[in-house]
Amino acid sequence: MAEINKDLVKYIAALARLEFDEEELDDFTEKFKNILDYVEQLKELNVDNVAPTYHINFNYNAMREDEVRESLEISQVLRNAPDKKEGFFKVPRVLE
Amino acid sequence: MEFEAVIGLEVHAQLLTKSKIFCGCSTQFGSTPNSQTCPVCLGMPGVLPVLNRKVVDFAIMLGLATNSTINKNSYFARKNYFYPDLPKGYQISQYELPICSNGHLIIKTKDGEKKIGITRIHMEEDAGKLIHEGTYSLVDLNRTGTPLLEIVSEPDMRSPEEAVAYLKELRQILLYLGICDGNMEEGSFRCDANVSVRKKGDNKLGIKTELKNINSFRFIQRALEYEIERQIDIIESGNTIIQETRLFDSSKGITIPMRSKEEAHDYRYFPEPDLMPVFIDDAHIENIKNFLPELPYQKILRFREQYGLPEYDIDILTNEKEVADFYEKCLSLYNNPKALSNFFMTELLKELNERKCKIGDTKLNAENIVEIFKLLDEQKLNYNGAKALLPKIIDTGKSPSILLEEMGLMQISDTSTLESVIIEVLKSNKKELKEYLSGKDKLFAFFVGQVMKKTGGKANPKILQELLKEKLAKISIDDVDNL
Repeated sequence: MAEINKDLVKYIAALARLEFDEEELDDFTEKFKNILDYVEQLKELNVDNVAPTYHINFNYNAMREDEVRESLEISQVLRNAPDKKEGFFKVPRVLE
Repeated sequence: MEFEAVIGLEVHAQLLTKSKIFCGCSTQFGSTPNSQTCPVCLGMPGVLPVLNRKVVDFAIMLGLATNSTINKNSYFARKNYFYPDLPKGYQISQYELPICSNGHLIIKTKDGEKKIGITRIHMEEDAGKLIHEGTYSLVDLNRTGTPLLEIVSEPDMRSPEEAVAYLKELRQILLYLGICDGNMEEGSFRCDANVSVRKKGDNKLGIKTELKNINSFRFIQRALEYEIERQIDIIESGNTIIQETRLFDSSKGITIPMRSKEEAHDYRYFPEPDLMPVFIDDAHIENIKNFLPELPYQKILRFREQYGLPEYDIDILTNEKEVADFYEKCLSLYNNPKALSNFFMTELLKELNERKCKIGDTKLNAENIVEIFKLLDEQKLNYNGAKALLPKIIDTGKSPSILLEEMGLMQISDTSTLESVIIEVLKSNKKELKEYLSGKDKLFAFFVGQVMKKTGGKANPKILQELLKEKLAKISIDDVDNL
C-alpha cells in the first residue's frame, strides 16, 4: 500500500477538486493514516477461499423494462444552473 | 530496419433502446437540448438508477455473436473524473467482471482469414455533449445516460487495413443484430485506437499512443497510417515515444497531442453501490441464443452453398441485412440467383446509392422487381427499358407493366418495323457501310447502336442483331450507292 503522506493527500484532494491549507493537510494526513491502519487489521484474516465482496446487498437483477417516461421541463432542468444560454447549461470553456 | 504496428481498438456502440440505461428518458437523437433529462441522468443527489433490461439482453446478444464468454455474475462500477459533460462526477461503467469476455471475430485480410481477440464487452452510460463557443462551453445532457457497449479488442491487428476490416466486421454484426444503428457521423459507433510499433520479430510491445474519437473508416485508416509513420520516424531518429492521447486532425491528415491541462488519468474505480449485481442464468442465455438472427458470416456461408454465387456477389449482397433479405424475397418469387444478383449489383444498389436511401425508405417491393424479370423473359421489355423503369418503380411503387405502357417502353420485336429502321440506318450511313463490307467488322456494333437510338432504345436486341446480320450478308459493296 502506498504510504500516506502530505503529497498523496494533496493529490487526492486535487482529484476531488478540493483545496486545503497546510494545517488541514496535516490533519487529513493524520486521519487518513488512522483510517487505513484501522482497515489494515482485515489483513490478519485468511480470505484464501472467500470470494471478493462487490456488493453488500444479496439481492440482484433489479431491472426495469425499456419504456420511455416523461422527462423534466427544460425550465426545471435549468433551474439550479448558475448560468445558461438558449436551453444549454453554460460553463467556463473546457479544452478538448 | 523493418517495423510492425500493433493496434488494439476500443469501440463504443450506442444501443438502440427507446429509453436510457438507468432512467426512462428518451434516447432520441437531435431533440431540443436538455429536453430529455431527469433527476437521474442529471446526477441530482439522492436519486436511484435502475438498469434497463434490454441493455443486458443486447450485451448478451453481442457476446454470443462474437464467441464471447457470457459472465453469469457481473457488476457495475464508478469511474470517477470531472468533466462538464458528466454531471455526476462519475460514469457508471463496468470494470472488474464485465458482462462478456474472451471473444473473437474473424476478419478477411490479404493473407486470408485472421482471428482478432475481443478482451471484453461491457455496459456503460454515455456522457453529454459540449459545444465550445469563445470563452465558454455549452452543455447538452440529452445524450447523458444513453446506453453504450464498449468493445475492447486484443492488440491483434498489424496494419490500418486490418483495423478497418475489424471495425467493419464488428459494425456489420451490430447492424445484423439490430442493436446499434452504426451511424459513425452521429457518433453511435465510435472508435479509439491504441497504436505502437516495434521491430519485426520483437515480442515486447512498444510504447503506445491512443487516438481518440475518429468518425469514419477513411479517417481511421489515415490516422493510423500517419501515427505509425510518425512513431517509426521517432524511433529511427533515436528518440522515444511519449505515451499520450492524440487527436486526428482530418483537415491536415495528422495526429496532434490532446491538450490536457489535467493530471494523469486516475479513475479510482469502485463498485457502484446503487445498482444490484447482474446475474444471468443459463436458461436466459439459451433463450437469447434461440432468437439470435442469422449473422453475417453465417449468411455468407449459406449464400455460398445455397445459391452458388461468386464471392464478390455474396460480399455485396450480404453487406447489409436489409439488402440480403430483399434479395431472398425476390428470389423466392423468381428463382434465378445470378440474374437477380447482377441486377441488384449493377442497377438496384446503384439507384439506392444515388438516392442515399435504403430499400425501406422507398416504395420498392419484391413483386415489382420480379415483374421486371418476367417482362424481360416475355420479351416485352429489353434491358435498357428495365433500367429506365427502375427509378420510376423505386419512386412511385407502380407496377412495371403499368409503367411500361405509361412510359412507352414496350420493346419492339416486330420484324417489319425493325427492318425498315435498319434500312433507314444503312441508307444514311453509307460511308460506314462500305467500310464494314470491306472488312471492318467492328462497325456492326455501330449499326446496332444507331437502330437503338432511332427506336428510343426499345428495339429487341436479339431480333435486331439477327435481322441486321441477315441484311448485311445480302448487300455487296457495289450495291451501296444504289440503296
